[in-house]
Formats: sequence, structure tokens, C-alpha cells
Amino acid sequence: MSDQRYTGPTGASADDERIQPGSGEGRADVQDTDAGAGHGAPSVAPDGHGTRGAELEQRYTNPGLAPHVYRRSDVDPKAAQRREREVAALFGLSTLGTLLFIVAYFAIRPTDFEGNEMLERVGLSTKLLGVGLGLALFCIGAGAIHWAKTLMPDDEIAEPRKPMRSNDEDRAAAVAALKEGAAGAGLGRRKLIRNSLLGALAPLGLLAILPLRDLGPLPGGSLTGTWWKPGRRLLTDPTGQPIKAADIPIGTVIHVQPEGIEESEHPLDERAKATTLVIRLEPGEIKDKKQRDWSVDGIVAYSKICTHVGCPVGLYEQQTHHLLCPCHQSTFDVTRDCAVIFGPAARPLPQLPLAVDDEGYLVSRDDYQEPIGPSFWERG
Amino acid sequence: MGSVLPALSRRRRHRFAPVLLLLLALGATGGAYAAFAPTPQAQASSGPVSGSVDEGRALFLKNCSSCHGLNAEGTTEGPTLVGVGAAAVDFQVSTGRMPAARLGQQIEKKRNYFSEQEIADMAAYVATLGPGPAIPSDEDVDYSDADVARGGEIYRTNCSMCHNYAGSGGALTQGKFAPSLNGVTPRHMYEAMLTGPQSMPVFGDNTMKPQDKRDIIAFLKTTSEEPSPGGARLGKLGPVTEGGIGWLVGLGGLIACAVWLGAKAR
Repeated sequence: MSDQRYTGPTGASADDERIQPGSGEGRADVQDTDAGAGHGAPSVAPDGHGTRGAELEQRYTNPGLAPHVYRRSDVDPKAAQRREREVAALFGLSTLGTLLFIVAYFAIRPTDFEGNEMLERVGLSTKLLGVGLGLALFCIGAGAIHWAKTLMPDDEIAEPRKPMRSNDEDRAAAVAALKEGAAGAGLGRRKLIRNSLLGALAPLGLLAILPLRDLGPLPGGSLTGTWWKPGRRLLTDPTGQPIKAADIPIGTVIHVQPEGIEESEHPLDERAKATTLVIRLEPGEIKDKKQRDWSVDGIVAYSKICTHVGCPVGLYEQQTHHLLCPCHQSTFDVTRDCAVIFGPAARPLPQLPLAVDDEGYLVSRDDYQEPIGPSFWERG
Repeated sequence: MGSVLPALSRRRRHRFAPVLLLLLALGATGGAYAAFAPTPQAQASSGPVSGSVDEGRALFLKNCSSCHGLNAEGTTEGPTLVGVGAAAVDFQVSTGRMPAARLGQQIEKKRNYFSEQEIADMAAYVATLGPGPAIPSDEDVDYSDADVARGGEIYRTNCSMCHNYAGSGGALTQGKFAPSLNGVTPRHMYEAMLTGPQSMPVFGDNTMKPQDKRDIIAFLKTTSEEPSPGGARLGKLGPVTEGGIGWLVGLGGLIACAVWLGAKAR
């Protein structure tokens, strides 16, 4: 409290000190009042804190208020007139903005047109309505502020803070009232009431926990399995064509989904999990034995869901064989079993084991052998 | 005829004579230019020119062999061209990417100095080296009755991660980038999908059918011609420019207002 008293230049003064801009001695008045109040009347701190305030005031000189600077509009009536006209101009501009909005609203009718012409009108309408509304609102505010800053009185006003602490009488009375109430309730004596009240309050906590159940069912196996099952054909996404292994040139990328995914219970969820990237490399470029075992003639398939936070990893650079995630730049080297070579991803992308069916179409040999996508609590 | 010339000569000092003469001269020059100058549009619409293998080999030896090897077998500077097909040659040379000015992370498009015929010759030569995709015909790239909505779906799954949702292009790793697709000719788009130039993967005709490709081209052409209903497309780069403008202009404006509010009036 005493600190606040210190920082306020006229903190101890009981009355508001209004510095008169008109009087030439305004500045001197401030100094006098300040000095008189600060040192002469430590009455705000009745509890002894005042001594610390006095101490501080001895260590630091009170800088007081900066001298009042008169605005041009205070001293020059012509300047004041000019300001007045500026404010009026801003308000006038606001009126123009409103008119622009109204005219644009009625003049531009995008629905009278079709196709690209309609879109053009929509764009024009958006622009004009925005500019009109913007001018209308902004200029009212700007005019009001310009008015307040340049023409309304700007005298410095000091108001002392009121002490936060109540006086001793009020404090004693409050404590007495509390004690009297507690004695009247008789909580200490009436054990039955106390215990039954506790018994009523404690289970209330359950009510806060129970609704958490409704956040949804537990994920169960949905995080570990996908729609890929042994022998399911790879279909191009979104065109749904089966893929002949012999038809894929080297350097190809195909985005695929397992066949029959539309018949699943939640096709969108399943598609999000099963989405897979098929890439054909030169068979000699594959450096990892497991990767080669799960590939068909250099055709490899990897989950498209980043192991970092689950973005679709789709940016494949054919020459470097790097697979880049657009969200956080995790980079995977496809020739080394999609090992992470850059970025925040912690694990390689899971590989989908591939095979070829009797008709030469690519099929999955099995589901992903590990959960796809980002880490989760029970993943281990 | 005899009476026309003296009549003309009498009026040669008329005050509109220089104007008339100037118009005649301009018309004659323009007409001559239109008659004799090569017309790229007309040639582009006339379909792929058939090339001569021998001419192509001569051009190849002069312009390409220093990097791709005397028999296009590839060197440490450039890959082999065996099996890349005529489509790859047409795309790389007619977009000016080849011959490359310098080797770097990415070879960018620039002005093409070869004629249609020369490109066709080189394409014909490279096509003899090994089987590869041919230059698509005009029917192949005619997207007039393609399905724009379907093209958008295919584009968003297969292309948008690199080339941006509206074909404005985007960054790859280490200075490489996916170029903007605005203003790219349908044939070049088709050839790029077919051959997978530089960092781009291959989207062969067996896995992405010719109709799929035409749908994609139709989508890109439609979306690039579409006016922006929001008033300003900001490069159609998505959150990067939109966020940039929002933060710099929007927040900057708010801060400027706050500074003005707090500043003392003079």
C-alpha cells in the first residue's frame, strides 16, 4: 500500500488536485501540493506502514508530474478550428462509407449473373461492402478519438488511491460476526449434522467425473488395425481401379485404398487410417531386407499417415526418394524403409506387405504390422 | 491507270496524306508479318510434328550429349535418356528446362530456343533409344468435355500436396519446389504426369488413365480462370499469404491505432 502511495505523486492528498492548464503557475502548484501532501500528511496508513513510505521517499526523490504541454489547439484558435474541421471531415467520411455500402448493396446484384461473371460480381460486392462498412465504422471511432485528443480538456488529474485495508473497528466487527454465526450453527456440537453434510458433499465429486464417460467409447482395437486384410486389392484413390504390378513404371507414385472400404461401418474413418502410398523403386535401390521382402519388384507400400502428428505424407521426390511431410517437414528415405532423416517424426512410416494375386493385381499380404500414425498412450 | 497517278500526285501534299501513308505502311508491314512469321498457336494446335531421327541425333550431339553422353547413356552430369520417351523430350525442351543453363537443385523453365521441328527431331531420336511414352496427341489433351469436379477430386488426392490446392505451386526440400501450374499448356501438364520430370513422380497411363489426366487439366484450367469471390486471391497460396496479410496488415493496423491512441496530441 505504501508503495502505491509513493508512486502516486499526490497520493496522500485527501482532495483531487486539478492542475489548471490556464494558470501560468500550474506547474509550481503541483510541486507544492505534492511536497506538502507527500511528507506532511501520512494519514492514509494508520497501521504503521507509513514509516516505510516515508523511508522510500527519503531514498528516492519524488519526480512529480511532467510539465503540462499545451496543444496547438489550446493556444491557437485557428488550430482549434482546423482540428474541428478534421473531426467533422472524419465523421463526413463515415457518412460517405455508409452511403457507399448502401449503394453497393443495391447496385451490385451477383445473382443476376451466372458462372464466372457472378463470381466477379461477388468479389466486387465483397470489396465495396467491406470498404464502405470499414470507412463507416473506423471513421466514427477515429473522429471521436481525434476530437477527444485535440479538443477536449487534457489537464492532468491526480486522484489518490483509497487504502484497501478496512479500519480496525470494521475488521474486529467482521471477526466477531463470523464467530457468533459459527457458535450459533453449533457445528462442533452437532456431530450428526456435520457428518451427514460431509456424506452429502463427498459424492458430489462423482457428478463431475461421471460425464467424462460420455466423451466417447474407448478406442478399443481401432487404433491398431486398419481395413487392410490379407488378399485385399489395392485400388487407386479416388478412381478405384485395381493396379497390375506389371503396369507401373519406375518412379510412379499411386495413392491407394483397400478394396471394399466403402462397405465398412465408418468409411471415412477407415479411409483416413488405411490411406497408403505405393511407390515403385528400382529393385536395386532398396537397402533394407524387410523392405525388400515386403515389396513386389521394387513396388513398396507405406502408410501415408505421418508418425509425428498424423498429417498425410504426400510429397515424394522421385530423384532423391525422399518423402516429405508438409506439416512439419519430417522427411523419410523410401530406399531405407522410410527411415526418418529429418524432422520431428520419431518412427519410420509403417510398411504394408504386398503380394500379387492370380490375375497379376497388387494385393495386401496382411494388415500393417504396427499401429499406423502418431504415438498414443497404450502404443508402447 | 494513266489518270490515277497524276490525281494521286496532285494530292500528295494534302494534309491527310502522311496519315494515310503511315496507315498503309503499317498495314503492309503487319500483313507481311502475319503472312510470313511463324505462328506458334497454329502450330501448337496442329498436333505433334513428326521428326527426323537423323536430324534429331545431330541436334542431340550438339546440344545434349555433353551431359547425357554421346549415346544418351548418361554421365555423372545427367541421367540416361534410354526409355524416357518422346514425351519427356518434348516437355523438357519446349518448356526450356533442357538444355539446362546450369546444374542445380532444380532446373527451372526458361525461354525455349528450339523450333517445333527441332524438338520433334530430338524427340524422334530419343524415342528410338528405347520404348517410352510418346508425345500426347491433340485428342489426348483435349479437355473440352472432361469432368471438372472429378478432376478436382483426383487432383486433390494426387497432386495438391506439392502443387497447392489451386495449382499455385509449393516448396519441397533443399530449395526444390513444385512449380505453379497456372499458364502451363495442357500438353505440358499431360507430359509431366506421363514422364515425371525431375522431382515429380510418374503418373503412368495405366494407373492414372488418360481421362483422369484430362479431368485434372480441366480442373486446373477452370480453377485458374475462376475470379476470386473474396475480392483478392493473394496468389492463391492459402494460409501463408492470407496469414501474412492478416498478421502484418491486420495486426499492424491495430498496433498503429493503439500507438495513435496513446500518443499525446500536439
